[in-house]
Amino acid sequence: MPADIALPASAPLSARPPRRRARRVTTEPGWFRAALIATVLTLLALLLFLPLWEVFSQALSEGFGAAVASLGNPDARHAILLTLLTALVAVPMNAAFGIAAAWMIAKFDFRGKAFLITLIDLPFSVSPVVAGLCLTLLFGSGSALGAFMIAHGMQVVFAVPGIILATMFVTFPFVARELIPVMQEQGRAEEEAALTLGASGWRTFRTVTLPNIRWALLYGVLLCNARAMGEFGAVAVISGKIRGETITMPLMIEMSYNEYLTVAAFTMAALLASLGLVMLTAKTLLEWRFADQLAARHRH
Amino acid sequence: MNIEIEELAKEFGATTALMPVSLSIPSGALVSLLGPSGSGKTTLLRVLGGLEFPTSGRVLFDGQDATGLSVQERRAGFVFQHYALFRHMTVFENIAYGLRARPRRSRPTEAEIDRRVHKLLAMIQLPDIARRYPAQLSGGQRQRVALARALAIEPRMLLLDEPFGALDARVRRELRGGLRTIHDQTGLTTIFVTHDQEEAMELSDLVVVMSMGRIEQVGAPREIRARPATRFVAEFIDA
Repeated sequence: MPADIALPASAPLSARPPRRRARRVTTEPGWFRAALIATVLTLLALLLFLPLWEVFSQALSEGFGAAVASLGNPDARHAILLTLLTALVAVPMNAAFGIAAAWMIAKFDFRGKAFLITLIDLPFSVSPVVAGLCLTLLFGSGSALGAFMIAHGMQVVFAVPGIILATMFVTFPFVARELIPVMQEQGRAEEEAALTLGASGWRTFRTVTLPNIRWALLYGVLLCNARAMGEFGAVAVISGKIRGETITMPLMIEMSYNEYLTVAAFTMAALLASLGLVMLTAKTLLEWRFADQLAARHRH
Repeated sequence: MNIEIEELAKEFGATTALMPVSLSIPSGALVSLLGPSGSGKTTLLRVLGGLEFPTSGRVLFDGQDATGLSVQERRAGFVFQHYALFRHMTVFENIAYGLRARPRRSRPTEAEIDRRVHKLLAMIQLPDIARRYPAQLSGGQRQRVALARALAIEPRMLLLDEPFGALDARVRRELRGGLRTIHDQTGLTTIFVTHDQEEAMELSDLVVVMSMGRIEQVGAPREIRARPATRFVAEFIDA
């Protein structure tokens, strides 16, 4: 063997590090991983599963029949229907506004874009109670606008329109926030391609823009819906809490709880939580059903 | 279709992308817009396709003023730099898109759409990929599908933005030949943007050399090589 090739091997064999199992540089030692996993599981159990378990077990503490009976009360039924109605109006409206706002921000350059983005985030940074108060002042009988609307038979404050308005305000950012990064990443090229192929603006939106954002849109709508059904602060202020008229599920829970109606309060809470869980399950099922499509898109 | 560009200028806010330029493109020519990035070549292409509107100047198609025509009315087959295939549609649906987008009375029947798409797939020599999604294609295949999609609308001209930019050298050479063949078969006036002087010289009948929003020289490749009009042209084609 020529000396120059043998050179590297001429170092003493004993200096070689002992053979170890192949390990990537990014892999942490076993005890560290175990500790991390244990911490996360403990936190999950304490913050998510235990409270949820507690809600359901309290609801059923006097049996299934008592729980169901508490929902049969007309005030409770009204609260459930009002919450569903609020979500049914607020969520589609916010989906439409969210798509429009995200589309403008992601696909066009204009003056005041940064300001618009800040404006969309406003409901996240303002306390819902403050938002409710602002709306109450704006549409209440004390303001010119409110007085005018009341005179023409349009009651907003202490009525259903106010509840819907407050809910819309609080949940406004969810859809837009989900869509903006997705739309920005996708750019304008596909839409431009559709236009050069002769498609109208509306057709382009329907056949190219919308399918490309459908997963983000679905996610945004589910989040928006969960928040809309659960909104407390803003609705509490503007609704005036009139029993059987402007009481939504979250308000009903608080009222029952304050009146020591444990079963009623926790049954309603369990129902509200279940609605959220149903949404999550629906999302997971959809993701599972369309897994191949999702994968095909992410590889692109 | 011949294209006449008269004193065309484009500004984006305070930046001038295109100085007033004039250019005459004979019908059926294969023309390259050659220049470094920022030379205004893509802007010129996008103005021709109706994706940007000029700040001033006119564009004439076959002698008719086309400056105000909408992007849909121009019927320009446009191939985008990264192809811009619709990622949620199969290759078949991508190519059929322009036919389906036609108003109901001029829309071909399903059978006719099927026939045309398969004819185009044969033309780009990828007859078996109709049911695949863009994500499942190689770069070269995507480029050819984008070309087929642009041709499906029976365009009046073909506009290509850096059609070979994102491909490796071997595929690039292959597809250059493909573009030449398709151009010769269809006889369409074809304009493509490139920053690769070798590509421009080898492929086109007419080379338009651009720099900083200006047209430096227009001529056949041989002419430009033999007599570069400006110092910029001489240096750029030498590189």
